[in-house]
This record gives sequence, structure tokens and C-alpha cells, in this order.
Amino acid sequence: MSDTLIELRNIGKRFGGVRALDGVSLAIRPGEIHCLAGENGSGKSTVIKVMSGIYTPEEGEILIDGRPVGRLDPIRAVQHGVQVIYQDFSLFGNLTVAENLALNTYVLEGRRRMDWRRARAMAVEVLARIGVDIDPDAEVGTLPTSGRQVVAIARAILARARLIIMDEPTTALTRHEVDALFAIVRDLQAQGIAVLFVSHKMREMLEISERLTVFRNGRKVAEGPMSDFDEAAITHAMTGLSLTDDPYRPALPPGPPLLEVRKLSVPGSVQDIDLSLRPGEIVGISGLIGSGRTELARALFGMEPGMTGTIRLGGREIHPRSVQEAIALGIAYVPEDRLTEGLFLPQSIERNLVVSILERLRRGPFLDTRAVREKTLGMFRDMQIAAPSPETAVGNLSGGNAQRVMLGRWLLTGARVLILNGPTVGVDVGSKATIHRIIRDLAQREGLGVLMISDDVPELVTNCNRIHVMHRGRFVADLDGSGMTEDRINDALKTLN
Amino acid sequence: MASNTETRPLLSRLLGRDAAVAQLIVITLLIFVAMTALNPDKFLRYYNFESLTYIAPELGILSIAMMIAMLTGGIDLSIVGVANLAAIVAGVYFRIPAVSEAAAAGGAGLVLHTAAAVLIALVVGLAAGGLNGVLIARLRIIPILATLGTGQIFAGLALVLTGGPAITGFPETWAWIGAGKILGLATPLWVLIVVAGLVALLLARTTLGVNLMLMGTNPRAAIFAGIRSGRMILYSYMLTGMLAAVAGGLLSGRTNSAKADFGASYLLQAVLIAVLGGTNPAGGKGRVLGVLLALVALMLLSSGLQIMRVSNFLIDAVWGAFLVIVIAINYLRSRK
Repeated sequence: MSDTLIELRNIGKRFGGVRALDGVSLAIRPGEIHCLAGENGSGKSTVIKVMSGIYTPEEGEILIDGRPVGRLDPIRAVQHGVQVIYQDFSLFGNLTVAENLALNTYVLEGRRRMDWRRARAMAVEVLARIGVDIDPDAEVGTLPTSGRQVVAIARAILARARLIIMDEPTTALTRHEVDALFAIVRDLQAQGIAVLFVSHKMREMLEISERLTVFRNGRKVAEGPMSDFDEAAITHAMTGLSLTDDPYRPALPPGPPLLEVRKLSVPGSVQDIDLSLRPGEIVGISGLIGSGRTELARALFGMEPGMTGTIRLGGREIHPRSVQEAIALGIAYVPEDRLTEGLFLPQSIERNLVVSILERLRRGPFLDTRAVREKTLGMFRDMQIAAPSPETAVGNLSGGNAQRVMLGRWLLTGARVLILNGPTVGVDVGSKATIHRIIRDLAQREGLGVLMISDDVPELVTNCNRIHVMHRGRFVADLDGSGMTEDRINDALKTLN
Repeated sequence: MASNTETRPLLSRLLGRDAAVAQLIVITLLIFVAMTALNPDKFLRYYNFESLTYIAPELGILSIAMMIAMLTGGIDLSIVGVANLAAIVAGVYFRIPAVSEAAAAGGAGLVLHTAAAVLIALVVGLAAGGLNGVLIARLRIIPILATLGTGQIFAGLALVLTGGPAITGFPETWAWIGAGKILGLATPLWVLIVVAGLVALLLARTTLGVNLMLMGTNPRAAIFAGIRSGRMILYSYMLTGMLAAVAGGLLSGRTNSAKADFGASYLLQAVLIAVLGGTNPAGGKGRVLGVLLALVALMLLSSGLQIMRVSNFLIDAVWGAFLVIVIAINYLRSRK
């Protein structure tokens, strides 16, 4: 038996012209808790997919138990005991816990007939082994996120996992649930199962991990025992920058607020929110998934017809009942998931930019192609979109450039209030700074009011005048000025349950 | 691909940077050469091509209609039903005693009543398409089920109106639409050219066309971008219905009759030609030029096979095989 469970040596992987991994080496020992950290696009997910046999690297070799394994495919990876738990857990929501657990094992063992009694017994046993109390007959779809995560872990154990890779396991969990997860992970460790956390939540990783590997732009930039690192050192390694961003604290012109929200509620998700936004102001909203932050944004954008309360824009009461009305009123929303909700990937930059103002670019029955071209070229330049021409498909752009197309689309509509949900998710570090600068410029020069919803606390602290912490549909903390520090927001988020 | 960068600009301007269209041109030429070689004296006859210019347009228009439905990821299985119903309603109109007398008298009355019948057929198509659109856009019934159901309704209505046998007695002007000539070319071919031109213009240069394409690419993003998706879908099915009515007019003009179960084989052929022409059945992609090329390719193929006295049933099988091969090629190419 070797002292490494799985080892990657000088792995290289390209996608077209992009080098996703470049000479990456990584070793995981049996029973260790290892953390893989890196920004979005740093190559973390590619490494997971190499280890689980989904991607075949062009360079380098993979060793398991000290022996080269040659070409790894997903089935062989599973046979070697590598299990990946993705963020969505890949469970069947309409089946029970026991069924979900048994299914995999049965497929693995090549059985064709189902023995329900044995399946249930197996489920009960494995759940007891992790020490959690979950009804094996409950439908998985009815369990909370943390429950589904436990089922996914149990499934991995049943598949005789020796290494469990968990992709962003704490994103959707409350503090208590994170503690429970960590207890399970320590238990797994005691049973000799190694765990690889893939995450960008440094603080939590510091608590639990023994060793750390940091990726940036497809390369390994740091590794070592966790005790060698503190949060600043990890951030520095991840971003390659020390956080010297000047905070955004402009003097706001006196005057009435641009957007004023009173007692806004959306049944089931948002309760009595009061909010104001002045021209040139960037207001942050922090909160976990499910806190109602997205529903609040959707309500302002006319997408929650059940909304109650009053919204005033420029002093006038408005009732946006549809997206079209909201756009016409000057409200813009950059949704959370740019790829599925924002962009038309196979279509040109031009069409993605002008989609929301097509009606205004009509002359008679036809589109005024010259006006379309003019608007597009202007915004293409203003947003400094790096592409050969506006004809380029948006799908070929990097995350940062794609986000600029989204911002450009809304500027063309003449928006006065810009709601950004996760403005720099999936954007590399260089582009992130540019996008922040563009947002600040829009606020300061054009007098837009910006509502910024983000998971990224440092992003909020450096870019916002004020920050509201949202939980269960309400604002539970309002911070501004010197009270607005990362620590205070993190603390506010952590005490929530 | 990279080797011919020199010739690329001109070529790509012609083809609209569309590899699918280039591939179709090659396929069409190959079929043309193969059929000429297989039927050395019979294939290259003027009569052979002339007869195609009468038969092909109705199928071509149905295929364009199918493409429009597919742009948003939908499908319209009721087009043949709409085509027959529209033609039959026009036929019924000509049977009204006052109308048939006026038409028989010829002159201005005949032209006027023919125009009225054309208008009636188009309105039937619009209304039928509107029904599909409402079911799909407002009630959110999936297109394949909604149009399968309405197709039954239209076929049933057509049967009730005719009582079963074909309706005849269309005036000579109606026959001219389906079998006449303008400037030496078949009237149906002119109709196809005009329809194709208008639809191409609509897709490229109007908000409706651009919106349909964007919605087909990503319906969720369309909602967030403020596209009035429901309305656009309604319009697209109304347009599909109207085009189907045009095809029905051509068919009834060519055969000088209208029947509830005419052209049943056209439905799947229209799907085939639309997909062969580069339309993505999942939505977001489709070009009139591609559909026209696919139409020509399949028409040449079947006319060549008919000259060779291949069984009609086998021709259907060859068409099917052809579709599967082209889709497989496209799939393999897109995977690279």
C-alpha cells in the first residue's frame, strides 16, 4: 500500500485554445481532509473531472495506490473508490431515500432484480453508520438541502468510496448544517475515507481541512498543510492580488431617493422589505440561497405578480406587472445565472445587446438595420468587449466579456435602476476588477442606482455604500460606513439559522 | 476550413456563413450528377424539371411553415389539415349559387370572387393557426399534442363540409393558380418564390423574426430580456397556418379539387425537409434558403428514382434514410 491514494502528475488539459490545466500535480493521502481552493475558472472543476475519469488529460499521468492507471474512465474511477458529490447531488427527487441508495449499488453490482427488503436494510445501516436520523422511506425531493447532501454521502459510502470529492458543499447550508456536515466528514476520516473539498469559502475550509492546494488559471500556485496559511494568504494565492481595491464611498448628491420600496412582500419568500436607493448609490444585499434575495429582485423586475407593498421610482409610484413594464420604467435585472437566464449563447453579440430594445429600433414593419448597427457598435466600444466583431457568438466569449454584454444590453434600454444578481460569478479575477469599475462608473457618472446581490462578501464590502443582510425574507442587519466590514457580515450570516 | 481563407469572404457572404447550406449545395449537386448518370437520356429533360415546378411549391411552402413552427422549438402537425380545410372552404364558397353564377359569367366578377376565395382561405389558415397559437402560448399545451389534436379537428371539419368525396367545380382562375404560367414559369413557383422571399425578410429584418430566433435559442433568457414570448408564439403559429392555407390553395388549384385527406404524406415530408434544411427542431435555428435547397435535393432524388421505376414505397424509405444520414453527419460534425 502506498501512502498516496490518488496522485496526479503533471496533468495538462486543453479545451480548444484554452489551457484549462497546465502541469498540475496533486496527491491525496488515505483518510485526509484536503481542500482544493481557487476562483471560478481556475481549473478546479476540470481537476475533479480528471480524477473521476470524465475528462482524459492530454498530458501527465494518474496513479492510484502508487500504480499508474493509464486512461481513467468514470466506471474505473468508481471501481477505484473515487466518488464525486456535485452541488446538485444528482439524486432522484421522486424516489425515496432507500431507493436512491440502493439504486446505485444495484447498478454497480450488475443486479437486475430489486430486493426491496435488502435495499431498505442497506439504507438503514449506512445512515446509522454516518450517525444521522433520516427516514429511509422519505421522498428525497421533500428533504432539505442538508438532508439530500447526507443521502449523497451515504450513497458514496455504499459505493465503497475511498475518496469523496465534494464540490462547494457548504454553499447552500446554514451554520448549524455546516457543523453537522463537518462532524460527518470527521467521522468518514476516522473510517479511513479521504475527503476533498472544492470550495472558495476560505473560512470554513480553514476550520476543517488538513491540507490545502490552491489553483489559479489552471496551475497549482500553492500547497501545504493548512496551518501554513491564513485567510489573507489563501486569498492572495487564489487571486494573485492582495486586496487593495479602494472601497466605493462617494459623496452622494443630496436629493430624493431614486427608488423607494415600502413594505414589499412576496407571499412565501419576501416580507415587509423597506429599501431605498439614491442615484449613484450601490446598495448590497447579502444572504443565503433561499433568503428571498432573488425573489426581491424579481419582484422589482415585474416577475412576481403576487407582490404587495409600494415601489416609488423617481417619486412616482409604479406597479411593474411584467418584465416589459419594468424595462420601460427603467429597471434592469442581470439574473443570477448568466448562461441559462441571461444570454443567447449561439447568437451574435449584436442580437444579445439589442434584444430588449428591438421594438424601439423598428421603422415601419422592419428593423432599422443602420440604427441596430450604430447602437451595437457604440456599446461594443463603451463596454470594451474583447471580440473580433459584434457578429461573434456570445458563447465564444469569456465570462467577463459575456457579463459586459449583459450590462450593455441594459444600458441600451436606458435603465435607471440596475439590479445585479451575482455580477461576477464565473468571471476571472482580471475581468472582475473591470466589471466592478464599470458598475461604479455607471453609478457615479450616469447616476444609476445599483442593487447588488452577491455571495461574495468582499465584493459587496468594496463596492457598496450600504449593505443589507437578508434572511427568511427580511433584512436582519443593515450595515454602512465603518460598520461595514467582511467580519461583521460574515458574523451576521453565520448566526442565522 | 482554415485552408480556404482567401476565397472565404465572397463565398461566406453568399452562404451567410452557414456550413449547413454549403453542405446542402454539395448534396444537391451530387444528387443531380448521380441521377443524370443513372438516367442518361430521361433525367435531363425540360419536361421533367417543369413538372417539378408545379409539384414542389406546395410541399416547399408547407416545409417553410414547419420551419417557422420549429424556430421556437415547436412543431405544427396540423398543417395538412389546415391546407385541406382552407381549400375546401374556398371550394364551398364557389358552390354558393350566387357566386358560381357570377363566376361562370367570367370577367370582373370571376376575378373578384376568386380574390374573395383566396382571402377566405387565408383567413381560415390564420384562424386555425391562431387556435394552435392560443393553445400553445396561453394554455401552454405542448405543440406536438396541441397541433395533433387541432389537426384532427380540421380534418374532421373538412370531412363534414365535403361529406367525404372531393369537392370540385373550382373556376378556371383557381386552376390557373395551381397549374398556370406567368412569364413562362409555373404560377406555383412564383408563389413559392414570393413566400420564401417574404419569410426570409421577416426572419432577418423584423422584430418578430429576430425574437422567434432568440426565444428558440433560450426561452428562459427571452423572458428576462422582456420578449413578449406568448404573443410571438401566437404570431408564429398564425403565420404557419396562413402558409399552410397557401399550400392548400396551390394543391387544390393543381388538382382542381379539394378533399379532406389530400396530401397526408406531406406532413412528415415537410418535417423532413425542414430538418434537412438545417432547421434545429429544438429551436433557434432555421433558414429559408436551407429549406429550399433541401426541397430541391429531395425533389431531384425522387424524380430520378421515379424515372428509374423504383417503387414509391421504396422512395419513401430512401427519403427517410437520407434524413437519418444527414442528421448523423450534422451530429458528428457538431461534436468535433
